Order: sequence, then C-alpha cells, then structure tokens
Amino acid sequence: MECVFGLVGNGFAIVVADTSAVNSILVHKSNEDKIMFLDSHKLIAASGEPGDRVQFTEYIQKNVALYQFRNGIPLTTAAAANFTRGELATALRKNPYSVNVLLAGYDKETGPSLYYIDYIATLHKLEKGAFGYGSYFSLSLMDRHFHSGMSVEEAVDLVDKCILEIRSRLVVAPPNYVIKIVDKDGAREYAWRQSVKDTPAPTA
Amino acid sequence: MSIFEYNGSAVVAMVGKNCFAIGSDRRLGVQLQTIATDFQRISKIHDKLFIGLSGLASDAQTLYQRLVFRHKLYQLREERDMKPETFASLVSALLYEKRFGPYFCQPVIAGLGDEDKPFICTMDSIGAKELAKDFVVAGTASESLYGACESMFKPDLEPEELFETISQALLSSVDRDCLSGWGGHVYVVTPTEVKERILKGRMD
Repeated sequence: MECVFGLVGNGFAIVVADTSAVNSILVHKSNEDKIMFLDSHKLIAASGEPGDRVQFTEYIQKNVALYQFRNGIPLTTAAAANFTRGELATALRKNPYSVNVLLAGYDKETGPSLYYIDYIATLHKLEKGAFGYGSYFSLSLMDRHFHSGMSVEEAVDLVDKCILEIRSRLVVAPPNYVIKIVDKDGAREYAWRQSVKDTPAPTA
Repeated sequence: MSIFEYNGSAVVAMVGKNCFAIGSDRRLGVQLQTIATDFQRISKIHDKLFIGLSGLASDAQTLYQRLVFRHKLYQLREERDMKPETFASLVSALLYEKRFGPYFCQPVIAGLGDEDKPFICTMDSIGAKELAKDFVVAGTASESLYGACESMFKPDLEPEELFETISQALLSSVDRDCLSGWGGHVYVVTPTEVKERILKGRMD
C-alpha cells in the first residue's frame, strides 16, 4: 500500500512515491504519478483517498498559479506549505480531505526545503519524512543512513535502499515508484523504478 | 485512544521569584511513530507572555495563529501588550466558542503581569480556567509531571534554580511517558530578559 517519502540534500530535495492505483484488493494501474509539479520549483507528493488526492493537489496547484498571475511573484515553499495547511485545516471541521502531503521546494533565499502536512493539517518542516505503510521501513532506513548535506548520488542510493526494503519486507508492497527532484534549476522527474510494466492492450 | 494523545505532548510552567519558566517536550508523533524531534509547542505572544499548547498538534497550530491574530489586533487598538490575565480570558473565550466541537488542546499560559507579578494558568479544551500559584502541567505526560513537580517545586526560586527545577521535572516525567520526550525546550522569563534553552534528554 501507499509509500511516499522524501528527503533534503545539499542544494536539492528529493521525493518518491509509489505509482499504484489501488482499490480494495484490486490494482487498477501501476504507473499512476502521485507527485505533482506545483510550479517551476515546487513538488507536491500526496497519498490518501484517490479522489481527494487528485482534487486537492490540483486545487492547490491552480491557486499557487493564480497567486503568481495576480502578484507577479511566486509563493515561497514555506508560503505554499502554509496555504496548503490552511486549506486542510478549514476543511478538517467541514468535510475533510483524506490527503497526506509532502511538499518539496527550492527557494533562492532559503535553499531546498521539505514540509510534512498530514490530513489533520499538522505542518512541520523536515529533513526527511514519509507517509503510509512504507514509512515503517523508509523512516528507519533514513534514520540510519541519512546525513545532512547529502549529494544527489548518495540520496538516490538511499532512496533505492528504501524501495528495495519496502519491496522485500512489506506484504502489500507496490511494485513501481517515481522519483522527482527539485533544485536551483527547477523541479523535474528524475527516474522511475519499475519492476512491473503495464502491458499495452493489443489493438484489435 | 484519545485524540488528545494522538501526537503526544508535555507542557509545564512554574513560578519563581519575580520570574516564571515554561517548558515542553520536542516530540511530534503520530501515535507511536515519531515524525520529528524539533517540534515547538511553546510560543511567545510578547516579551513577557508565553503560551504552551498541548494536545493535537494541528489544533495547537490553528489556535496559535488565531491567538497571534487577536493579540495583534489588540496591540493596534490599545497600543499596548495584553496582560496575562486578559490573554487567558481571550484564550478561554476562543476555546468556548467551539464548545460543541472543541479544539483538542489544553493550553498553558504563563506571563508577567502588573509590577512583574508572575501569572500561570491552564485550561481544558473548552476554556475552563485553572489558576495556580506554584505550577501547572498539561499533555500526555501530565500525570508524571504532577508527581515530579509536586516533589521538586519550591516557592520563590531564583531564575537559575527555577530553570534547573523545571528542566529536571520535565526530563524525568517524559521518561515515563511513551508519547512525549526527545529533549525539551525551556524558557525562563524575568522582568529584564528571556532565556531560551534546548534540553537534551533520553533521545529514544
């Protein structure tokens, strides 16, 4: 089941999410991208109720874009994180979104950052964080191997360790993952880690 | 499991001679899983007034934002800082507004009032004030904090002795509570200065 995690390295932040679209015992799809680009320098990795996840992340993305259009300057990562928290917090006592979010971003002034926001609207700035069943493994591995100021290679190595551990120890492990990075040059997809490929339906 | 115990917390405040101290643990957890070990539960309202919010971290953040907002409006209208007694009534009123769907927080308020007389007080989640002359406690470690404070507290301590007392009480209490700990954060406030210290405790 869902595995989302991320960490901050030297001049970049990296986020990873599984790519399984699951309903009950059924896997509908194994290449569902759960990490969205908020703007040029922000990534939002979300887990939770699929409908809420898509709706909510899109809502945040469009409002961040709107802010940029209106004011001519983008929101900082901290501002976007606080906006996201605010939306979750107001929704919490009405009809809550079941969405947990890791928000990674890069700002000129503050450098890379990673924010943990859960569906109850707890906001916290972290160096390493995780959600879902995968967190039992990825958090322990990151506690052991993480150090501040990691290089991209070291960080990707650690991410691969986490994925390997989840695949080998978690009963309900998702097969495929997407890795995205944000640094001074912007947010981008870094790689996929796929052990199962979706076979395209044969054309009639 | 109570929602008050979801994130885990320990908050304590003590009165000394013309001074007070307020302390909290630094853990942010989700039940038994630790998310972060640098969480802030104590916030400064102004130079002589502090509030510690135990309970659900999300509501602590929401409540803190509302309180700062109200205090800033007060400062603009009255051109002075709020007295601790007044602030306690404000907190109480904000909490009681949500009588039938409360913020899941138990606040601890500590400040220096007229002629630098120390004031400490705690509240339940719907704003019933509980004033004390010596010490107040809140959070998942409140039971052990009561015991520790009851045996360690002495009236009219000087700031340095007060720091030692509150720190020892906090650290020994959180060691008997699974949901709080990971070091502490202590403020000692005298009429002339605020001393902030971060404690290392059993980091497990």
